[in-house]
Amino acid sequence: MKALVFLEHHQGALQRDSLGVLGLAARLGATDAVLAGEGVRDLAAEAAAHGAATVLVTEDAAFAAPLPQPRVELIAKLVEECGYDSVVLANTVLSADVAAGLAARLEAGLNWDLTGLRLDGDELVGERPALQDSVLVDVGWSGTPRIALIRTGSCEPKRRDGESAVENVAVELPEHALAARMVEQAHAKAEGPKLEEADVIVAGGRGLGTAEGFELCEELAAALGGAVAATRAVVDAGWYAYSAQVGQTGKTVAPKLYIAAGISGAIQHKVGMQGSGTIVAINRDRHAPIFEFCDLGVVGDVQDVLPRLTELVRQRRNGG
Amino acid sequence: MKIAICVKAVPEAAAPRRIDPQSKRLDRSGELTLNPFDVYAVEEGLRQRHAAGGGEVVVVSMGPERAAEALRRALALGADRAVLVSDDALAGSDILATSRVLAKALEREQPDLILLGQQGEESVGAVLWAALAERLRLPCVSQAAELTIAGGMATVERQTEFGYDTIGAPLPAVIAVSDAINQPRYPSLKGIMAAKSKPLERLTLAELGLDANEVGEAGSRTTVRALGEPSKRGGARIVEDGDGVRAILDFLVERSLV
Ligand SMILES: Cc1cc2nc3c(=O)[nH]c(=O)nc-3n(C[C@H](O)[C@H](O)[C@H](O)COP(=O)(O)OP(=O)(O)OC[C@H]3O[C@@H](n4cnc5c(N)ncnc54)[C@H](O)[C@@H]3O)c2cc1C
Ligand SMILES: Nc1ncnc2c1ncn2[C@@H]1O[C@H](COP(=O)(O)O)[C@@H](O)[C@H]1O
Repeated sequence: MKALVFLEHHQGALQRDSLGVLGLAARLGATDAVLAGEGVRDLAAEAAAHGAATVLVTEDAAFAAPLPQPRVELIAKLVEECGYDSVVLANTVLSADVAAGLAARLEAGLNWDLTGLRLDGDELVGERPALQDSVLVDVGWSGTPRIALIRTGSCEPKRRDGESAVENVAVELPEHALAARMVEQAHAKAEGPKLEEADVIVAGGRGLGTAEGFELCEELAAALGGAVAATRAVVDAGWYAYSAQVGQTGKTVAPKLYIAAGISGAIQHKVGMQGSGTIVAINRDRHAPIFEFCDLGVVGDVQDVLPRLTELVRQRRNGG
Repeated sequence: MKIAICVKAVPEAAAPRRIDPQSKRLDRSGELTLNPFDVYAVEEGLRQRHAAGGGEVVVVSMGPERAAEALRRALALGADRAVLVSDDALAGSDILATSRVLAKALEREQPDLILLGQQGEESVGAVLWAALAERLRLPCVSQAAELTIAGGMATVERQTEFGYDTIGAPLPAVIAVSDAINQPRYPSLKGIMAAKSKPLERLTLAELGLDANEVGEAGSRTTVRALGEPSKRGGARIVEDGDGVRAILDFLVERSLV
């Protein structure tokens, strides 16, 4: 395998998942890494320490914003000129779009949401959990190049020794690749509590009905001495603070107790809370995916269950 | 403004999901409905048509003839027209083949704005839009939680791992919307009646100038090699009847969590 790993970075640091993926690919064969942006050359050493044989660096203002289309052009050129047979990326918002654009551009197979990669002789095999993670499917590619997106959180970065080289690369960008522009990058919306440290989290989703519905979670959280979390659906809708979001593009938490109220249990939410000690779910839909990975599930209406549960918890705490 | 919306017909949510051991693909033999995530794209298309003071909303889908019902639902919500690309050769298409077919169908339409949903209900973290945009050589923005169109520009607010980005793109553009971008309407009785007489065009591969070996499994570059054993779960306890609230408290007490 001759692989190329795309490295993402933010505020002067390489992204953890990119480094994890780099280690994964390097264990399977010769692996180079590509790094693009403005002022990114200093990150090359860190990439080298995580398994890249050669770090290909593009210093170009056109790559300053984390937008996918210029990166499709760059990686396509590297694959065509250097003959990489595989491109491996972490399954983030940016990299997923890079990978899919690249697939169309190179007419290359793309498998996403993989939790593992292995070689079977010459053939690359991807491991993908399917049907709400209930079945593990082995997927493959016909022909090369092969593009693989690895689910975030599935591989830990590991430092290793070894020699590596840094090379400069450049690419000409066509008009459509430069058309989208970053107006304002990574502005967060409002600050909030420290979720990562809470022992108990009461998380609310769209099933709460309205922003005001979150009071039900806040009251239960107060009774249990915990914090409140939310899904992307309600954060995007402005019901709750982004700082309280759990999941792929939010926080990863592992409290002793996670109560999910009116949350369907999408994979992108699950990856942020599956390490919780005990998961209790309240949902009125018996078929909600969250019931597949909770410890206790109650089929019911949050408007009814949450206030009564808060009351029972309070009574017990008061020695009742 | 002309808006095209890519929508997909998916198995009904309540239907048990299984992978067909023969084809190793999701069993899609049951009833199909409009992908719930695509309802947000349809709603956004209708709102943008309204904001632009008029125009046309056309829904475009690749799928079996049974997908027509899902398209009728989009028409009942208010789309003007539907296009269904249907052909036996399409079965087993991966993202490469699907994007090839949809790109051809969209080239015929020449829309100002192309919308997609966040994901297929049965798939995870999909990325079709980026492949489609690459084939059409158009700018692409995904995960849109807010979309404003003004002066030939689309401005998107979207969430990534690091916070919210504001991204601008000139039209025509491909935009994939998140499931928080709006609150979709329900179809009205009038809408359902009107949908019956709205145009639903069927297209074959030949009409798109595509060959059978460019689509389906032949036109795909990914394979399913093996199915693992279904994982044995810890076995969640699900309380459907009786006092769920009491059950939670007892459970928390049992595990010393309260
Ligand atoms: C790239 C990407 C990144 C993402 N990152 C994240 C992330 O970081 N975090 C995240 O959470 N999501 C993330 N998502 C979104 C994710 O896919 C889901 O859309 C989201 O988690 C759904 O949120 P929800 O469960 O609140 O809403 P829904 O999926 O709409 O679920 C609401 C649930 O509430 C139930 N319900 C409704 N009314 C009631 C009631 N009265 N009583 C009880 N139950 C009720 C319904 O049955 C339903 O199951 C991401 C998606 C993508 C594509
Ligand atoms: N067969 C299809 N026909 C039309 N649009 C589709 C099709 N498959 C996927 N899409 C669109 O692509 C988005 C992502 O779907 P998926 O790739 O299935 O997760 C959906 O929300 C739809 O907007």
